[in-house]
Amino acid sequence: MATIVGSVTTSHVPAIGRAIAQNLQQDPYWQPFFAGFPPAREWLARVKPDIAVLIYNDHGLNFFLDKMPTFAVGAAAQYHNADEGWGLPTLPPYVGDLDLSWHLIESLVAEEFDITSCQEMLVDHAFTLPLELLWPGQRPCPVRTVPVCINTVQFPLPSAARCFKLGLAIGRAIESWDSAARVVLIGSGGLSHQLDGQRAGFINKEFDLLFMEKLTSDPLWVTRYSIADLVELTGTQGVELLMWLTARGALPGEVSLVHANYHVPISNTASGLMVMEVV
Amino acid sequence: MKTSRAKHQIAGTTVFDGEQARKGYALNKMCFSFNSAQNRAEFLQDEPAYCDKYSLNDEQRAAIASRDVLRLLAAGGNIYYLAKFAGIFGLDMQEIGAQQSGISKDAFKAALIEAGK
Repeated sequence: MATIVGSVTTSHVPAIGRAIAQNLQQDPYWQPFFAGFPPAREWLARVKPDIAVLIYNDHGLNFFLDKMPTFAVGAAAQYHNADEGWGLPTLPPYVGDLDLSWHLIESLVAEEFDITSCQEMLVDHAFTLPLELLWPGQRPCPVRTVPVCINTVQFPLPSAARCFKLGLAIGRAIESWDSAARVVLIGSGGLSHQLDGQRAGFINKEFDLLFMEKLTSDPLWVTRYSIADLVELTGTQGVELLMWLTARGALPGEVSLVHANYHVPISNTASGLMVMEVV
Repeated sequence: MKTSRAKHQIAGTTVFDGEQARKGYALNKMCFSFNSAQNRAEFLQDEPAYCDKYSLNDEQRAAIASRDVLRLLAAGGNIYYLAKFAGIFGLDMQEIGAQQSGISKDAFKAALIEAGK
């Protein structure tokens, strides 16, 4: 059976891609963010995952409001990046794992998660940036990937409790997959930030740090909050913490915290990074 | 719009719910098209004609002409698609944030740094 090695959860903002493209990793503005990643890379080099199940939210590259799935799972041999509107350089395709994709789709639907399967799926910065940060400059990316996309564009959004349960079901699916593969969960999003409205620029450091603390020891803690509560506490885009919660839900049994970093701001966002290992 | 669910009001925040989605569909569809460089160029060549193509209403046309993000949100725009529109003019997220909160970009950046302390 496949083995879940742990999870890496990180923030994403398009400006990170620009900073990488312009080699600004040592720039004083960016250094506290990029400095968080070497321990995560060292951990990955030690646990050697073959596949990343990457939980993220699309920002209007692959999905439009005409059809907006709450939960979508990629089932493509390759995932292509494309222009998100800003003309940034596009990255080469990422290799999928069709066997795990379809096993995941079958298992999730059997567990009453009515997901949307996608045999073509463009992946935006929320998918590409964690991979670029964790395996910088490696072409092709050394892990195969299975994207799991959670809607954070069109409200109503799935609740934190629902996302945690989705994570549990993803974990059970991976562990029941007849394969010798080692799988890492990646959760991409958050932490507190708000891009729209007069409240743009909203950050809640106190809540972010508490969320990060609880994610290891008591992940159900955050499920006490409704989506509306989370918007109020973390901002309209801070709800992307759902990606972290889903990834955490997929980890079986006891976990230990390997590494964490938190820095405000990158662009308009409070950035967080956590590495958790399945004990 | 009739709904049985009471809205949770948050100051300075418009949640992109069904009501906004209904109001803003044409505007968001146009902004979604700006993923394509060719469409961005076509818009810049003739803005009113491009707005016609997507059947924007008067409020949405005026909001597009004003480049005012709060007006675009009020016209049903969703920030993820509006970010593609703003990108045409080289506006980054901090400029968009500063514009909406009515302060300078420097003041907006300083407030973010302060929030991290």
